[in-house]
Amino acid sequence: MIESNLPALQVVLPLIAAPLCLLLRRSTLAWLVAWSASWSAAAISIAILLKVLSSGTISYAFGGWAPPWGIEYRVDPLNGFVLVLVSVVAALIVPYARRSLLAEIRSRQHYLFWTAYLLCLTGLLGVTITGDAFNVFVFLEISSLATYILIAYGQDRRALVASYQYLIMGTIGATFIVIGVGLLYLMTGTLNLADMAQRIAQMPLVRPELAALAFLTVGISLKLALFPLHLWLPNAYAYAPSVSTAFLAATATKVAVYLLIRFMYTVFGQSGIFDNLPFEEMLIALSLAAMFLASIVAVFQDDVKRMFAYSSVAQIGYMTLGIGLANASGLTGAIVHLFNHAVAKGAIFLLLGCVALCVGQPVISKMSGLAKRMPLTAAGLVVGGLSLIGIPGTVGFVSKWYLVMAAVEKGWWWLAGLVVISSLLAVVYVWRLIEVCYFREPSQKMSEAKEAPLSMLIPAWVFVFACIYFGLDTSTTVGTAAIAAQSLLESMQ
Amino acid sequence: MSAMEPQIALAVPAVGAVLIALTGRWPNLREAMTLVTAVVLFAVVASLLPEVMSGERPAVTLFTMLPGLSVALRVEPLGMLFGLLASGLWIVNSIYSIGYMRGNNEKNQTRFYVYFAIALASTMGIAFAANLVTLFLFYEVLTISTYPLVAHKGDRDTVRSARVYIGILLSTSIALLLPAIIWTYVVAGTADFTPGGILAGNITGPAVGLLLALYVFGIGKAAVMPVHRWLPAAMVAPTPVSALLHAVAVVKAGVFSITKVIVYIFGIDFLFAQPGSEWLVYVSAFTIIAASVVALRQTNLKRLLAYSTIAQLSYVVMASAVLKPLSEIGAAIHMMAHAFGKITLFFAAGAIYTASKKTEITQLRGIGRRMPWTMTAFTIGALSMIGVPPTAGFVSKWYILAGAFQADNYVALFTIIISTALNAAYFLPIVYWAWFSKEDSAPTKPHGEAPVAIVIALTITAALTLAFFFFNQTALQLESQLVGRQK
Repeated sequence: MIESNLPALQVVLPLIAAPLCLLLRRSTLAWLVAWSASWSAAAISIAILLKVLSSGTISYAFGGWAPPWGIEYRVDPLNGFVLVLVSVVAALIVPYARRSLLAEIRSRQHYLFWTAYLLCLTGLLGVTITGDAFNVFVFLEISSLATYILIAYGQDRRALVASYQYLIMGTIGATFIVIGVGLLYLMTGTLNLADMAQRIAQMPLVRPELAALAFLTVGISLKLALFPLHLWLPNAYAYAPSVSTAFLAATATKVAVYLLIRFMYTVFGQSGIFDNLPFEEMLIALSLAAMFLASIVAVFQDDVKRMFAYSSVAQIGYMTLGIGLANASGLTGAIVHLFNHAVAKGAIFLLLGCVALCVGQPVISKMSGLAKRMPLTAAGLVVGGLSLIGIPGTVGFVSKWYLVMAAVEKGWWWLAGLVVISSLLAVVYVWRLIEVCYFREPSQKMSEAKEAPLSMLIPAWVFVFACIYFGLDTSTTVGTAAIAAQSLLESMQ
Repeated sequence: MSAMEPQIALAVPAVGAVLIALTGRWPNLREAMTLVTAVVLFAVVASLLPEVMSGERPAVTLFTMLPGLSVALRVEPLGMLFGLLASGLWIVNSIYSIGYMRGNNEKNQTRFYVYFAIALASTMGIAFAANLVTLFLFYEVLTISTYPLVAHKGDRDTVRSARVYIGILLSTSIALLLPAIIWTYVVAGTADFTPGGILAGNITGPAVGLLLALYVFGIGKAAVMPVHRWLPAAMVAPTPVSALLHAVAVVKAGVFSITKVIVYIFGIDFLFAQPGSEWLVYVSAFTIIAASVVALRQTNLKRLLAYSTIAQLSYVVMASAVLKPLSEIGAAIHMMAHAFGKITLFFAAGAIYTASKKTEITQLRGIGRRMPWTMTAFTIGALSMIGVPPTAGFVSKWYILAGAFQADNYVALFTIIISTALNAAYFLPIVYWAWFSKEDSAPTKPHGEAPVAIVIALTITAALTLAFFFFNQTALQLESQLVGRQK
């Protein structure tokens, strides 16, 4: 009974837990609810992924209404992988969040934070698991609205502006998506993604279809912060509470990247719509712009959170680059980078949260001498940074290997060169931080600081270890990503 | 005793690093730990030798890094020699480090010993790597673990030099070496080091020369011009680091990797038959001459030694690039011969600094009388650099010359002759001043030899430099397997 309903529970569990937090009102109780909901969601997602890998795609008819009339939840290796990523990250952040929230948010507001956190998780999981186009929009809105709250809780008053900025951009994005979905519904008469894909493939190519593609692409690109639609992201990440930044950086943009893959490959993949469109070329060009320009901007940031936010924009460029390359290696690289970057950025933003707890807003001048006072935090930041550069032995290397290989396989030498050169820019901003942390004398405030509490260090270091472990033994991550890429490319045939 | 498995050679210094960190509070125990680790490591590596000599290739696969590409170790003759060299000299260098670090009251000594052990672990990984990806992994770990050693002093100038160090090594490896490895993997379908090479038939024409260039300049540790600037920059490190890492482990990891790529990835016969690879002889010949000329103009002793190292490294690269069996043997032997001589010279430079705080060669007049042991060792090292018998440098130069004759490669021949003259021109004046000049003025604080640990260390390496002239059969037999000759 429970086993057959796992896909529904995946979303319903955090959805029910969210209002529960609202009713309980007590900070600790709400935290415990969030803890149990997120850890159960993680367990469920792992069970689902294992089932998908052993016995193929799961189709779950919501409420017993058979697809394509009812809402279908459909899990294949790709979204099974993303579900695990999102829910495990969410689960690991909850124990970390306790101390960090006490320092950054007034305790009588904690239950509201947890409500928003669980709603955001619900939305992200829903977007990922559903096989229904309108459902995608609904869950996307749930997660976005919750995200605006999560950002607005930042201590800095600029958090409100950042949240508002994101609200405007996010709403435009969501509107575009719903217009795109509406156009597709108009053309095909169905909202089920699999059904829609089949019908589009049989239809002659007409203009509304192109318009739908355009609206969807721009809408989703706003959500995933594809250059030049990334302007909301740096401020949002920089001024949000540490917990929110870590959670959003590791999950929200990744789900949007998933959505782009889903629409591009599953829905439009068989239609031949890309044959006469320079779609992939455009995606590659924008990705390159993101990789270079965002990295260059990152070099000049003084706020370390902002610096890594720009680095995120650049790293998202690697993912969209892999999607644009559209061969097995490229797509595998994109999917595995989704995971790898989540792990690395999760580690970095959690550790910056430790810094924020001990010395306040992490600007580069305040971080001098970090290694002397907080050696574990500093060492973790180094590992995360090396991973962004793509040093072998860390996760970043694995993704870069696939992206470069994809470019070489296509015979695009210039692109292989640009990928490796862009990662040299990461050396510059990462090393700038390392020098400050290790070779400057501690500032006044730093010399009084002590290492962060274990309840924060342990979850952060789980991410740090994951950075190394999944950089050395990639059978799980690359294995799953390769299967997912394979099935996507097959579905296009 | 059955031979150890190669991964133990990596595990020993890694565990050693942890133990050193744990015993950091008690300096005597910490340094005992370093010595024990070094001795055990050498014993482990040496236990592999009989097997490799008899033609076995101990191998192990550690884990799957990428599908079809594992992190794997496989001990072959070249790596065996490099492993023995690095682990053996680590023992001597540890004795020296103890004398030097204590004699100069250096800060952060525990950090120093820990990263040294990690650097040695990654050196073993490079030596025994079974494929390009494993090599690349440990190559980068070595770069990063030596960064704190170079930046040890931590002041503004040191950090700036260390930035040059890490900047050049990381960027060349990521921008050139990584694409070269991926290119190789895509065209050959494998990245394993295979006797005879894996590229024959998979790549032709000018692409061969281009790929070779990506490897040669991507492996920045070999310091082939124009990617040599990191080596003089690294001289800000404490002398034991310059001695073992920047005369032996790190730089030899560079030329070792290039030789390994030429022998096991390209295959010397394939490369010799292809046009478009002669440029490597010219570039390395240029590096040899240019670096020697620059060395002539140096006044700082350590910088002079650094430029001399750049020149000597290119001997190895040039010998590999001559692409004849004898020259490949010469390349391998020169790695060893140069290591003994150069570590002696650095030890002597550090001894002089510890005893007298002198760093410039013009200050060395008459120092031979105050520090006779040190300067005797220095003289032996210098003679080995020039290649005078009975020193190690003569043996390797002999083989390189023989290889050059085999290939009728006159560029290589003349380069060796000219550079021998240049070597003599910058080393012999120092030797002359040290022994036969009078001191300009007596030092304010009269001094004798450096601490005894330092003297012991440099005496051992000087003795090795001499001994290698007489006892080199094992090394030669081992390396003749490299080019497929049975003993």
